[in-house]
Amino acid sequence: MLEIKNLHACVEGKEILKGIDLTVGDGEVHVLMGPNGSGKSTLSNVLVGNPKYTVTEGSVTFNGKDLLALSAEDRSHEGLFMSFQAPVEIPGVSMTNFLRAALNAKRKYFGQEPLPAGELLKLLREKRKLVGLDAHFMSRGVNEGFSGGEKKRNEIFQMAVLEPKLSILDETDSGLDVDALRIVAEGFNQLRTPQSSAIVITHYQRMLDYLKPDFVHVLVGGRIVKNGDASLGYAIEERGFDWIKNEITA
Amino acid sequence: MGVEQQYIELFDSQRDLIDRHSVGVLNARRAAAREAFAAHGLPTRRDERCKYTDVAEAFAPDYGLNLGRIVPGVDPYRAYRCQVPNLSTALYFVVNDSFMSPSPVAAQQPEGVTVCSLGEAARRFPDVVDNCYGRLADPAGDGITALNTMLAQDGLFVHVAAGVKCPRTLQVVNMSAASLDLMATRRVLLVAEAGAEASLLFCDHSDGRHNYLTTQVVEAFLGKGARVDFYSVEETHASHRRFCHLYADQQAGSRFTFGGITLMAGLTRNRLDLHLGGEGAEARAYGCVVADGEEHVDNNLLVDHAAPGCTSDLLYKYVLDDRATGVFAGRILVREGAEHTASDETNANLCASPDARMFTRPILEIYADDVRCNHGATVGRFDEQALFYMRQRGIDESEARLLLQHAFVNDVIRRIELEPVRDRLSYLVEMRFRGLLHRCGGCEMCHS
Repeated sequence: MLEIKNLHACVEGKEILKGIDLTVGDGEVHVLMGPNGSGKSTLSNVLVGNPKYTVTEGSVTFNGKDLLALSAEDRSHEGLFMSFQAPVEIPGVSMTNFLRAALNAKRKYFGQEPLPAGELLKLLREKRKLVGLDAHFMSRGVNEGFSGGEKKRNEIFQMAVLEPKLSILDETDSGLDVDALRIVAEGFNQLRTPQSSAIVITHYQRMLDYLKPDFVHVLVGGRIVKNGDASLGYAIEERGFDWIKNEITA
Repeated sequence: MGVEQQYIELFDSQRDLIDRHSVGVLNARRAAAREAFAAHGLPTRRDERCKYTDVAEAFAPDYGLNLGRIVPGVDPYRAYRCQVPNLSTALYFVVNDSFMSPSPVAAQQPEGVTVCSLGEAARRFPDVVDNCYGRLADPAGDGITALNTMLAQDGLFVHVAAGVKCPRTLQVVNMSAASLDLMATRRVLLVAEAGAEASLLFCDHSDGRHNYLTTQVVEAFLGKGARVDFYSVEETHASHRRFCHLYADQQAGSRFTFGGITLMAGLTRNRLDLHLGGEGAEARAYGCVVADGEEHVDNNLLVDHAAPGCTSDLLYKYVLDDRATGVFAGRILVREGAEHTASDETNANLCASPDARMFTRPILEIYADDVRCNHGATVGRFDEQALFYMRQRGIDESEARLLLQHAFVNDVIRRIELEPVRDRLSYLVEMRFRGLLHRCGGCEMCHS
């Protein structure tokens, strides 16, 4: 699915990623952990093509395509999705219009006709139920006046609508209470297929409980310094990151 | 005296012709207007209300005038059909500055509603016209108003009698269409007596084949408790110079709503002087401007709170691209004794290109003690985070920009109370952003 080789990237002239290697196979869930400032969000943003970030070295292949050569919107069409850490409010652009534009852009990319209005509404209705978003959200502006929890649910809702191959969840669990976290995680789990994969950035054990990741990677100083399975995540939850840092320097 | 000279000479030499093709009440106002025009001239950049618009340049070319009142050889009523869904308007046409006799359908107004030419009104309502014409539009206060008063030979008269609710929207299509460069002098007199209600939709169009200069002076009188909605949609052309002045006088408890939508223009200036003269009157002015190329759009407002308990609400939004220039000035004047005034004024602007320029001046001037007044202005660029968020979802950058622009001005459109007009305008604005509104095809409000 995804193969990252020796990826270096900088933001505003400062190098954040210093040689990332990571391979994600079909149907796998990978969790990225690491102290603040270690490069987790930078990696997510680089993968989805945020223009604020510059790749200086390395390669990323996504289902056989050179990902770094694609525009942000084409990466989306190819099946890459990011659940934003801080979803942006877009006042005045209704959820329905926003998703219609997104879905139809993807259909156009694959040479398909726009989705008829009736089918679109039916699809949105179905997917809304997965994450428990009320109908009235559809006529509101994108994230406009949504609570923190509603914004995160909205991210998973959009993921459900767009059916990506690889989802990047950038701290989707932060700012959620216990119930909201359960709804978001369960919604995410329902969307999983044997083919769809995910990279999940989290600080919390509870997320590990829900997602049961196949792999856990620890990022420190712009490099992946330790790989393991879910048990590595639990160890970090218990002992923090310092022991890993000590391990590296030792 | 520079540019003004040619107009004074024209007036002096053609005075007989002008008078002969007009009516007494209009002719009676000319001498004072000429005097004011000769004394003060056209507004210059030194005038506080005209700092960013070069008026003289617009009036400098040699335009033809239709002083002999030759009736245009087109019958717009046959050529245009209104197709605004669910909006049944009474449709009237003004070609250049000639009011075209309406179709029998439009002419059928209910008892108490009169729409006719000023000339006809002078015969049917001599007292009203004599009492109202030129009362608000003071030639000494503004050079363009003075020039308009000097030259106006006819115009549109709308009268709604006390307590009458005008059932249909009165749609007035102003067409600029001639076989040479032409100056048109338009005049509107609107009288809504106590408790009367009316909504008007003005659509300004240009065939774009020649250079046109238009001056328009509207005087609106709202009696006690009257309600008037006045929408003005401009879809003219780069070669159009347009100066519209609207003066409104509001008595107690009346409500005047102005909606100005500039979709296509060359140089356009809308000046609004709203006088809240009776207790509890309400003035609302909403504006939406979409400009690109070399377009220049200037909205200049004065809301004069002269009585207690009045409210005013101003919201203007501009989206400027290329080398377009936007100008906004909104002065809220709260006079001594106008206690319990409530006023909100917002001007928000989006510059989509680095060469677009916006000049904004919200002004509050308060001489009363117990008032609540807010004002604010912003000039911004696209929200890069929002653009990227949309691109991540697969929406390409140009479509994302379009959605953001449309959303930006849509909260102005949303305030239009006539639903069919609102929907139609929302659609036209989208077409405008998509670059599909290239030229005027008659009345775009009517042609879908």
